[in-house]
Amino acid sequence: MSDVQTIDLEATGLRAMNAQLQAQARQTNRTAWEIVNARGAHAIAAGLDAPIEVTVRGSTGYYCGGMNQQALIHVHGSAGPGVGENMMSGSIVIDGDASQYAGATGHGGLLVIKGNASSRCGISMKGIDIVVHGDVGHMSAFMAQSGNLVVLGDAGDALGDSIYEARLFVRGKVRSLGADCEEKEMRAEHLDILRDLLERAGADARPEEFRRYGSARKLYNFDIDNAY
Amino acid sequence: MTDHDPKGIPRTTPRQSATFSRDVNSDIRRAAATGIYDIRGGGAKRRVPHFDDLLFLGASISRYPLEGYREACGTDVTLGARHAQNPIRLEIPITIAGMSFGALSGPAKEALGRGASAAGTSTTTGDGGMTPEERGHSKTLVYQLLPSRYGMNPDDLRRADAIEVVVGQGAKPGGGGMLLGQKISDRVAEMRDLPKGIDQRSACRHPDWTGPDDLEIKILELREITGWRVPIYVKVAGARPYFDTTLAVKAGADVVVLDGMQGGTAATQDVFIEHVGQPTLACIRPAVQALQDLGVHREVRLIVSGGIRSGADVAKAMALGADAVSIGTAALIALGDNDPRWEAEYNALGTTAGAYDDWHEGRDPAGITTQDPDLMARFDPIEGGRRLRNYLKVMTLEAQTIARACGKSHLHNLEPEDLVALTMEAAAMARVPLAGTEWYPGKPGATF
Repeated sequence: MSDVQTIDLEATGLRAMNAQLQAQARQTNRTAWEIVNARGAHAIAAGLDAPIEVTVRGSTGYYCGGMNQQALIHVHGSAGPGVGENMMSGSIVIDGDASQYAGATGHGGLLVIKGNASSRCGISMKGIDIVVHGDVGHMSAFMAQSGNLVVLGDAGDALGDSIYEARLFVRGKVRSLGADCEEKEMRAEHLDILRDLLERAGADARPEEFRRYGSARKLYNFDIDNAY
Repeated sequence: MTDHDPKGIPRTTPRQSATFSRDVNSDIRRAAATGIYDIRGGGAKRRVPHFDDLLFLGASISRYPLEGYREACGTDVTLGARHAQNPIRLEIPITIAGMSFGALSGPAKEALGRGASAAGTSTTTGDGGMTPEERGHSKTLVYQLLPSRYGMNPDDLRRADAIEVVVGQGAKPGGGGMLLGQKISDRVAEMRDLPKGIDQRSACRHPDWTGPDDLEIKILELREITGWRVPIYVKVAGARPYFDTTLAVKAGADVVVLDGMQGGTAATQDVFIEHVGQPTLACIRPAVQALQDLGVHREVRLIVSGGIRSGADVAKAMALGADAVSIGTAALIALGDNDPRWEAEYNALGTTAGAYDDWHEGRDPAGITTQDPDLMARFDPIEGGRRLRNYLKVMTLEAQTIARACGKSHLHNLEPEDLVALTMEAAAMARVPLAGTEWYPGKPGATF
């Protein structure tokens, strides 16, 4: 493993820092990077596409790790809105809490939030796996298309509203389910998925403690009796 | 029926109600029978004040024209010089509006790319992502970032020549999209990460930002991901054009795309299309005013769409302050949509050429707004591209003809002073004098 390359964001500036990280080739051997003085800046480590490890010291603003491909991003702090939005692969770990729309529209990869996630976590998710060690806010997994959302704590109002084919696993209480979301049978295949995700997310929980929620598929074809 | 009743008293002629017209009554009967609102494609069909209500004055003793076929009249436009390293330079100021693969067939998208590229202009993706055919056949391709984010990925984002953040569209300001199950083929379903055959709903709000302050940060992120290379457009519906334009500029847009209510959609509720949003003509001057008030008119570019049909419309929109226009419905007609050659098949669908708007049903006889392999096979993308190129060329020549007659050596030099209005409404909206007067409603300092 190569030495850690440290970038002082305050001294370097956002554009130069992201340009340096984005310039890392897919076969790079400069694999470990550390960003200091993050100070809530927006779009930190957005648009990366290389198997590098980026450690962020401090909390981040909006869209940290946006559209990430391959990179492993670890935030030693909390994350602002839209962390890991539309990410394709790789992983993002947030030690603290995450604000709204964490993992929004993500297509792939793993997003781990060790604290709580605010509202609309996993909104329109399209294949991403999200593991939240704490609670998630209202309207989480709204219009979630595919992928897995795992919540070790509680879920707020209207979980999985207008959900498509994403799988939702919640260990704690669900305040309410959204339109067309219902509790589903937990089968062996789901326990296997959950076991794997919990392990990869470093979560201390057993798959059997969770309930699974998904689409009742009643909104899939327009019916006047479903409109309100 | 005789003119008199059996007692010899004259009958009154049967009289249709203007309020309860045949059209209205048919809507009521349809609603009563189905319990569901009418969904259709296209833009507003009702008569609204439009470019037809404006005229150019042309040259006279006080204005000197340019020689029609000999003197230069420029048509090029550069978009995105405000922030982007690689602004887009188009040879003509007529772009192709965003229309999705899904709503349109793959060959139709290819034809749009071919025609636009041959004419020296750009085309635009839509809700559903970027197809290889479209990228391959489009010299300049604008990639839309929509609320659904179907097919959105950073590789395509970096392959795009510009990014258009779609906040709204003129047919349905405040509304999301829909693509009914008939058109969700295997390929469309895969691109959108959805099950095949379902009625697909697109969100009306973006999933990861709300309001202008967030939009500014979203644009920052898009610029960071694409290395500040490509222009960022913001597309808004004709709702509150002064404020929407102001906020788009504040958020960092290089280009504002403004779509009036005549702008088309693949599918939405008829009531939405006809009753929400403002006519294109009413939107341009407030948007230009916003750019002027901010001191960025001609720096932040304004593209106007919604009911552009001819070079006259192009010239009028530009005279009112637009830098370019965009066409969608007109481009589809140029490709062959609603062509009378398919009249028998339109009749079989219960409609007639020119009125067919059930694009969402996927049974388009012209093979353009469909995913049905047999219907798609009727459409030749090479011939379609040639027709679109021809049409764009004609529009450009028409606009140049008018501009030269007004003494302008570039379409951008057209100005409101070149125009008069035929109606009070158009005069008020366009802020140009009613023909034969020096007055328009709302003119500063004017008295009755």
